[in-house]
Amino acid sequence: MTAATASAKNALLTWPRPASPEPAGQPLLEFRQVSKIYGTGTAAMRALDGVDLRISPGEFVAVMGPSGSGKSTAMNILGCLDTPSAGSYLFRGVAVETLSHDQRARLRRHYLGFVFQGFNLLNRTSALENVELPLIYRRAPRAERHARARAALAQVGLTGWEGHTPGELSGGQQQRVAIARAIVTEPSLLLADEPTGNLDTARSHEVMELLVGLNRDQGITVLMVTHEAEMAAYAHRIIHFRDGRVADDGRAGGPV
Amino acid sequence: MLWNALLLAFREIRRNVLRSFLTILGVVIGVASVIVMVTLGNGATRAVATQIESMGSNLLMIRKGQHMGPGQTSSAPAFDLEDTVALERDIPAIKSLAPSATDSITAVVGNASWATSVNGTDNRFFSVRNWTLERGRLFSASELSGGRAACVIGATVRKELFGPQDPLGSNLRLKQISCEVIGLLVGKGQSSMGFDQDDLVVMPLRTFQRRIAGNQDVTLIQVSIRDGESTERAKTDIERLLRERRKVAAGEQDNFSVRDMKEVATMLTGTTEVLTTLLSAVAAVSLLVGGIGIMNIMLVSVTERTREIGIRLAIGALEREVLMQFLVEAVTLSSLGGVLGILLALGASIGLADMLKVPFVFNGGIVLTAFLFSAAVGVIFGYFPARRAARLDPIEALRRE
Ligand SMILES: Nc1ncnc2c1ncn2[C@@H]1O[C@H](COP(=O)(O)OP(=O)(O)OP(=O)(O)O)[C@@H](O)[C@H]1O
Ligand SMILES: [Mg+2]
Repeated sequence: MTAATASAKNALLTWPRPASPEPAGQPLLEFRQVSKIYGTGTAAMRALDGVDLRISPGEFVAVMGPSGSGKSTAMNILGCLDTPSAGSYLFRGVAVETLSHDQRARLRRHYLGFVFQGFNLLNRTSALENVELPLIYRRAPRAERHARARAALAQVGLTGWEGHTPGELSGGQQQRVAIARAIVTEPSLLLADEPTGNLDTARSHEVMELLVGLNRDQGITVLMVTHEAEMAAYAHRIIHFRDGRVADDGRAGGPV
Repeated sequence: MLWNALLLAFREIRRNVLRSFLTILGVVIGVASVIVMVTLGNGATRAVATQIESMGSNLLMIRKGQHMGPGQTSSAPAFDLEDTVALERDIPAIKSLAPSATDSITAVVGNASWATSVNGTDNRFFSVRNWTLERGRLFSASELSGGRAACVIGATVRKELFGPQDPLGSNLRLKQISCEVIGLLVGKGQSSMGFDQDDLVVMPLRTFQRRIAGNQDVTLIQVSIRDGESTERAKTDIERLLRERRKVAAGEQDNFSVRDMKEVATMLTGTTEVLTTLLSAVAAVSLLVGGIGIMNIMLVSVTERTREIGIRLAIGALEREVLMQFLVEAVTLSSLGGVLGILLALGASIGLADMLKVPFVFNGGIVLTAFLFSAAVGVIFGYFPARRAARLDPIEALRRE
């Protein structure tokens, strides 16, 4: 390991995260021939097949592609929740697969916000407590935790629903709680797997406006999986997956 | 870190009332059952010891034959009054003795009947066996020499046959004879272990021999030894004298037995100690069963909670933070269960001891052991499966449904 990457790694694991913008020209995220293989032998399934990808700080990227094309698999690896079977994933120039279990947890804690396709909220726990949770692990004091969680819920239009548990919320409301939980920490990278999958068009547009605002005003890099061209149109760049490969990667036109 | 873990653990406990309750219940049952059983066993042992003491511990029982207890079938010859005279004369360690003949007979008063043990003896019996009269009197000389039939009754017989009525002056029917109740004995009140000292009727030996037994036999001689004399020595002396008088050839077995009630006490306490051991074994099994219950709930809940662990890891929890939370949770629930179990056990032991008429004997060692064992089970089975889950990649944990 070179001195440069060692210091990059150290910078990655300390809190607060370096305030300086990313060095110009260096990608925030980079996939180098990343593959993910499920199963073995004849049953082996290549969910990702030698993907190369670079995403710069401040980008707003939409990921599209047919069901089963590997979008969620790629997002999980980008979110440091899963490890590639082959290839390398660099986050701010540091190869994530060389990090320990705890170092990856710190990376997630300091940099990432993740919205799961299946929400993954804690059952029987109020919306407010769900949104507070990442702040508890960040040691935010109680009053600050409450204020920020309330603000995040307000941003997704859930003022008044703080005390409801996931079981008492609709799919769309749960999805918005999941979004609030991901943005409450003001991450530098927001990964959202179909954040509008359960929302009506009006709500979807509101959420997209929120993401655009976070991207534009706070410089948060956003990666979002979507099936809807209308939502993808909010992004600066659209990446198409097909059969575990990047089929198309290009500029989009901006909001319709 | 600890503060955070406490916060998270208490949220979880509050959030899963049923699961928390079941865990606590497992610990409570395990802890409580062991403590109750051991406490009662210890109480029973002490009860027997006290009971034997109340019979008079410097007491020797001389019976014909080698059997002990009622229903003996020995063909050995009975004693006679000559034997008792010789014993009193030749063995200075004897403070007092009472010749007896006994039988189990159903006593009848009006419509009430009660099978009891009838003891034909004389007034010395009362001092030898530490009996005191509550009311009435002992036998008069004329009654002792076989005049009018009279009897003194124990508290149990009185209760069973007379209830609230005053028995003094009433007549009691024993087989074909009727005898007047002239005295009431103070109850010894020890009726645990299936042996009730108060269940007896005492009548003059002569009357018993002539009108109930139909012979001149003395089947039991109860001897009290002077304070400061060795019962062991007295026993040997009595045995030598009786062998001589009964013409037992050298090398032949005694055709009578002399039993030191202290020996009986030791034997009986030994028996209850075996009982305590047995109860403790049963208790250990229930502790184990309780432990398996706790283990199951913990294992099931951790499987169920693997997803929760995945979520926590995904949003930035460190492995050790998740573990600390689970540890705090397990320790809290186990300790709470342990404390409740101890309180329940003490309450139940005191209640049961009262009901079974055994003293309440507190045993701190077993309380501690039961508590530590249950707490350890709770902590181990709450902690280790959680540790396995917390070492997974978050996405792996999230996939385990
Ligand atoms: N844990 C797993 N074990 C085996 N195969 C898996 C697993 N997870 C995903 N796959 C397979 O990998 C492929 C890609 O899955 P992935 O979830 O990335 O698709 P996707 O593009 O997100 O689809 P969708 O739009 O439906 O969410 C699929 O064929 C899927 O069956
Ligand atoms: Mg998907």
